[in-house]
Amino acid sequence: MAARRWSTRTLLRGLWLPVTLLVAWQGAAVLGWLNPQVLPSPWQVLQRWWVYALPADPYDPSQSRLTWLLSGELVHDAWGSLGRVLAGFAIGAVLALPLGLLMGASQRVYEWFNPLLQVLRPIPPIAWIPLSILWFGLGNPPAIFLIALGAFFPVLMNTIAGVRNVDSIYIRAALNLGANQRVLFTRVMLPAAMPYILAGARIGMGTAFIVVIVSEMIAVNNGLGFRILEAREYFWSDKIIAGMLSIGLLGLAIDMVMAALNHHLLRWHRGQENDA
Amino acid sequence: MSAAQIHIAGVHKVFGQGAQQVVALQGIDLSIAPGQFVCLLGPSGCGKSTLLNAVAGFAPPTSGRISVAGQPVQGAGPDRGMVFQEYALFPWMTVEDNIGFGLKIRHTPVAERNVTVDRLLQMLGLSEFRLRYPKDLSGGMRQRVAIARILALDSPILLMDEPFGALDALTRRSLQDELLQIQAQWQKTVLFVTHSIDEAIYLADRVVVLTYRPGTIKLDLPIALPRPRDSSSAGFNELKRELGAVVMQEQQRHQQAEQRGLAID
Ligand SMILES: Nc1ncnc2c1ncn2[C@@H]1O[C@H](COP(=O)(O)OP(=O)(O)OP(=O)(O)O)[C@@H](O)[C@H]1O
Ligand SMILES: [Mg+2]
Repeated sequence: MAARRWSTRTLLRGLWLPVTLLVAWQGAAVLGWLNPQVLPSPWQVLQRWWVYALPADPYDPSQSRLTWLLSGELVHDAWGSLGRVLAGFAIGAVLALPLGLLMGASQRVYEWFNPLLQVLRPIPPIAWIPLSILWFGLGNPPAIFLIALGAFFPVLMNTIAGVRNVDSIYIRAALNLGANQRVLFTRVMLPAAMPYILAGARIGMGTAFIVVIVSEMIAVNNGLGFRILEAREYFWSDKIIAGMLSIGLLGLAIDMVMAALNHHLLRWHRGQENDA
Repeated sequence: MSAAQIHIAGVHKVFGQGAQQVVALQGIDLSIAPGQFVCLLGPSGCGKSTLLNAVAGFAPPTSGRISVAGQPVQGAGPDRGMVFQEYALFPWMTVEDNIGFGLKIRHTPVAERNVTVDRLLQMLGLSEFRLRYPKDLSGGMRQRVAIARILALDSPILLMDEPFGALDALTRRSLQDELLQIQAQWQKTVLFVTHSIDEAIYLADRVVVLTYRPGTIKLDLPIALPRPRDSSSAGFNELKRELGAVVMQEQQRHQQAEQRGLAID
């Protein structure tokens, strides 16, 4: 709930388990119980993370300090992954939204598209990897294609459901006030379906984030997904874990932004159940 | 008065087919003059909403003709403003956006729209709620917004389907008074559905009682009591007794029909 602020007590309650685990893990490493090739100590991971985040070259006074600070490998990778997620998600959502609105509003359009979509939908985006590489080669295009695919279906299905669940009384009220079909679509059905659509967007963003990591492991040679696979080749277990934690934090940040966006766009919504 | 504002002739409405068939309206003839306030009264399920929806243009009758200001009704339109029992405000719009919606989609210039919205907010005591969303309003406030939304379009006809049914007695009476004031000031023609005999006598120039299945007109009674009306006066109570007896007959037919229905099931 957004209304509940973080109090010291909830913070402490939430922290004791991770802290205990970290201490135990570090302790086990110090006592020599762990093979650092398999599981490095938290301290080692942290050091590696620091190096990963640090600018690659020494400071050059001709550039700005901010550019220099952001020139590290981690920032590059995170930026690359984020860009791909946003581009893929935008393409997927922009295609899914109008199609979903049409399929939700018109039984005929629904019948045209539904059989095809029902066959394609259960194919996980991952299963499209070979074909997308054949089609688009390597690099960003296949990755963005896969991410768009991952975002497409959740947004589509929720948009259809959202439009179907628009209370007919809003339609009648709008017609009574003189709305034509276009107004009905853009000013009544779209906002009325918005809670569903945004829930779909949040799920779609989650899928897009999974797909970006996988596609970077296969088709792209930068990004957080690529980096942890690369680290495995050198047996850098500390960098693998540092990369995984970076992925987790980026995912968390994206989801928090989506939640904040939901909260703002649905401030009219009864009960505000999309706060979480 | 020659030119009726609303003219309903030989309207039938049938729902369903075969054994499921329900004759909701049968042979309804009704002419309503401009500026007249007509209340439709009758037991639940007798077809009041069906008739109102037909006039509003949401669901055409199975047969018969409905014309408004001489033109046959074809679909819904802002010349017949509808106030729904469930308010039907757009929850994603603020109060002022709800009220201004009809003008906005009509491309009324912003300045003119703001003037109208401001005036209505003021008139209905909604000014401090203009930026609120409907979920933050009480039932009475919501119904005021629904009425303001229609008044903004200056519809000559108001169709109201049990608009005050869900409100407490005090709010109800004050909204009734506001409605009467609006109706007198702007000469609106009002077709108002209610369950309440009291409300009908308090508001109407004319009360039309419908029968239960099939829905036909049982009684068409002019109310000549002087305004403002006093619900404790002798004349008021006389009418209440008279109308009460008629409505009770229909209510009993309704209950008997329901019991028969249960026996068949
Ligand atoms: N869409 C529909 N399909 C089938 N039957 C319907 C439909 N709409 C209404 N009816 C039937 O028509 C009859 C009249 O319904 P209507 O809603 O007009 O009654 P009402 O007088 O407004 O009742 P209430 O006072 O409960 O609102 C009812 O018996 C109802 O069951
Ligand atoms: Mg009704």
